[in-house]
Amino acid sequence: MSKEKKKISRRKFIVRGGLGTMGVLAIGTYIFRNSIRRGIAGAMNTGEIPYNGDTSSPIIWFEVSSDNQIVLHSPKVEMGQGTFTGLAQMAADELEVSMEQMKVVHANSISGNLDGFATGGSTSISTLWVPLRELAATMREMIKNQAASKMGVAAADLQLNNGICSSNGETMTYAEVVQGVSEWTIPDTPVLKNLKDYKYIGKPVARVDLKDKVFGAPIFGMDATMPEMLYGSVVRPSAIGAKFLDADISKAEKMPGVVKVVKEKDFVGVVANSQTEAENAKNMINVQWQVERSWQTADIEAMIAVGEGEPFVIQKEGKAKSILEDSKEIISAEYKSPIGAHAQLEPNGALAYVEEDKATIIMSTQVVKITRDEIAERIGLNKDQVNIVPTFLGGGFGRRLHTPNGMQAAVLSKAVGKPVKCFFTRKEEFQNDTFRPPTHHLLKATLTPEGLIEALEHNVSSGDVAFGSPMVPRIAEPLLGADLGAWRGGMIQYEGIPNYRTISWRKKLPFATSWWRSLGLLANTFAVESFIDELAVKAKKNPVTFRIDQIQDNDRGFRLKEVIKAAAEKSGYTDEVVNGRAMGFAASTDVNTPCAQVAEVSIENNEIKVHKVTCAMDPGLVINPDQVKAQCEGAIIMGISASMFEKMEVEDGELTPTIYGPYQMATIRNAPKEIDLVLLQNSDHPGAVGEPPLGPIGAAVANAVFRLTGKRLRSMPLSLV
Amino acid sequence: MKISFLINGTKKMVEVAENTPLLWVIRDMLDLKGTKFGCGKAACGACTLHIDGNAIRSCSYPIQFAEGKEITTIEGLGNEANPHPVQQAWIEEIVPQCGYCQPGFMMATAALLAKNPNPTDEDIDATITNVCRCATYFRMRKAIHRAAELAQINPENIEENV
Ligand code: FES
Ligand code: FES
Repeated sequence: MSKEKKKISRRKFIVRGGLGTMGVLAIGTYIFRNSIRRGIAGAMNTGEIPYNGDTSSPIIWFEVSSDNQIVLHSPKVEMGQGTFTGLAQMAADELEVSMEQMKVVHANSISGNLDGFATGGSTSISTLWVPLRELAATMREMIKNQAASKMGVAAADLQLNNGICSSNGETMTYAEVVQGVSEWTIPDTPVLKNLKDYKYIGKPVARVDLKDKVFGAPIFGMDATMPEMLYGSVVRPSAIGAKFLDADISKAEKMPGVVKVVKEKDFVGVVANSQTEAENAKNMINVQWQVERSWQTADIEAMIAVGEGEPFVIQKEGKAKSILEDSKEIISAEYKSPIGAHAQLEPNGALAYVEEDKATIIMSTQVVKITRDEIAERIGLNKDQVNIVPTFLGGGFGRRLHTPNGMQAAVLSKAVGKPVKCFFTRKEEFQNDTFRPPTHHLLKATLTPEGLIEALEHNVSSGDVAFGSPMVPRIAEPLLGADLGAWRGGMIQYEGIPNYRTISWRKKLPFATSWWRSLGLLANTFAVESFIDELAVKAKKNPVTFRIDQIQDNDRGFRLKEVIKAAAEKSGYTDEVVNGRAMGFAASTDVNTPCAQVAEVSIENNEIKVHKVTCAMDPGLVINPDQVKAQCEGAIIMGISASMFEKMEVEDGELTPTIYGPYQMATIRNAPKEIDLVLLQNSDHPGAVGEPPLGPIGAAVANAVFRLTGKRLRSMPLSLV
Repeated sequence: MKISFLINGTKKMVEVAENTPLLWVIRDMLDLKGTKFGCGKAACGACTLHIDGNAIRSCSYPIQFAEGKEITTIEGLGNEANPHPVQQAWIEEIVPQCGYCQPGFMMATAALLAKNPNPTDEDIDATITNVCRCATYFRMRKAIHRAAELAQINPENIEENV
């Protein structure tokens, strides 16, 4: 690498540096100011949060490498959801390069390409759909203009294809075009191409990270290393609500391999020469915890009950309240869901190296900016001195929206002046999770003489989801009252019903509850869609037409109807039990993506067996049908796992179980052998994909069990015994 | 204590406390990061590798027992130029999501196919007990059957590429 190039870039890529004063761009950077507030308001209405990062210049998003590859620095992290692949497709199509030429990496926080919000909420593709293509198109024009001047032709006479500019038989690769150029003029944002002209958008191209993941490349936070790296371990409490008071570290200090035991005001940890030595020494630290009380499952169940705490009416149409108060023929039912663990396979952890005037932290995080800010504050550096280097995540599911582990690794590193890698044990994961809160639901309805719903009310009691998260400003709490994560999926989606309302009962629990893939959707849909099924049976109606008949005539209603029809048709839905198998139907709308599912189940040795799931979903414009399918398959099976097997208990003040196995989850034997997917695209904008298909599955299974046995399972995990 | 073994075809000697889990020797001393830590208690399968051809959960395998053994990790199973049929099938079916559990599953599958070249669904259910939180099980099952097919077309490829 020449000296001059080094001045432009610390990396080996060519497009870098010198924007000069010309970097003025027409993309709406300024529109997104104040976006946290707008974001919350948006999330409340439609679940759509605008992208909250710098989209003013392609320079921080793309680089061209000397071998003519385009490197996309993604501010969104890849946790399995396929975002890197979707973003690469969007960029390749506007950049006029092939997918093979696209390489996607995580943007480091010091690069300036920083997402001000998070990777989560199924929003990465939808919020970057316009900005990223505009950035790519702008970049293409910059290359084209530069090529024109280097080749001495008019820009209009150039053809761009597969990363090559050509004109009259003369060619120049993008790499050659950008070579040596340090001043770029950013043109006005070009008009985007027509959908039909895209080569990759809409096609089932293979994941860009596929080979790394099949051949075992060291791409995860856990795999990070640095020269002279030491191993850290932090003591974490097993008791709920435990406050750190003090610790006796005298024994631990004498353990083999120990470099230092670090006692802080709020935690204690050890740094040692190896992972095993760090763990062994940690176990010799005697911590004094302050524990207020010894909680039990029964205490939590008593707290999570409709009627406990403060009610907030979050949806209201017509006169549901008075009708339900006055009517004598009320149908009602209660449902419950348990505490759920994230159980992501890669434990939380970080590799931190804190030096005098800078810090580098390599880790899996869904909130790069928040992680950075927390660390900077704790170790006394400026934000721009702290570089978060995000890695591939060994699962996210919302768990990595809380990342104090990054700060702890940094504190340990600072104490020893060396890089320190530090991560959770599995027991610590299970006991220090930010759990999916347990819920209790009370539903009430009356029917008209024609067998339609006259009035419907959903009461949901839940622990917090959004409140208490560093992503949500404190002001949201008094402003909103009801936790917007807890009621996700809880509103009545059949707006043809004349009278309905939804009431959210908020309860703060003594342990951390927070974001878990799809938030309240899993439990709320289980309750509401089971109840809708009960009403259909009461009304002696087919559950498919019963739903369709009560959907309003607007765009949202149209898309919901279409997925319901498609799922019913594709599955050949019937109320009858055929060959010992029955079908159950359920539907939900999440973040504007409607999804309907039919589960086909039988009972074998008192066990519920899910043979087949048909899923019709309309996420709007699909960027990669194969990856949308992969998300549906995964969400369906994760939903089966959560609604049929998983449950955390509280015993003598501790959350339990603390290991896979006892924390029962679906394995390959519980996964349906058939999953049939129908993707509808009744919107020209890509919408949410990763979470919506988690909604219906619990109710679909429970409704099938009812068809088969006459038994209503109103409590997750669903069990016949 | 000093321990020697063969790993991915290369002879290695390490000096380490006898009860150190094999997993940490492989990850931290030999710097092979494809074998993952998920639980440390033989409960998830993320750390699965082969010892003398058997699928072993290396987090719960003290290094002292590795003396003289032949170990294969995902890095030794195959590579891009010469993928193992299991890896080939995993690519064809586009199995991985987050990918963290996948090496463990591929190692478990490769060991299964070596003993049972044509496993039934029931065989798969009984043998493949690893955990995948992304729940990629649907494609995994397809990929396992596909790998069995590929191995039969090209039996020599089932030999690990060490
Ligand atoms: S890490 Fe070895 S089985 Fe989980
Ligand atoms: S692919 Fe993520 S845990 Fe299996």
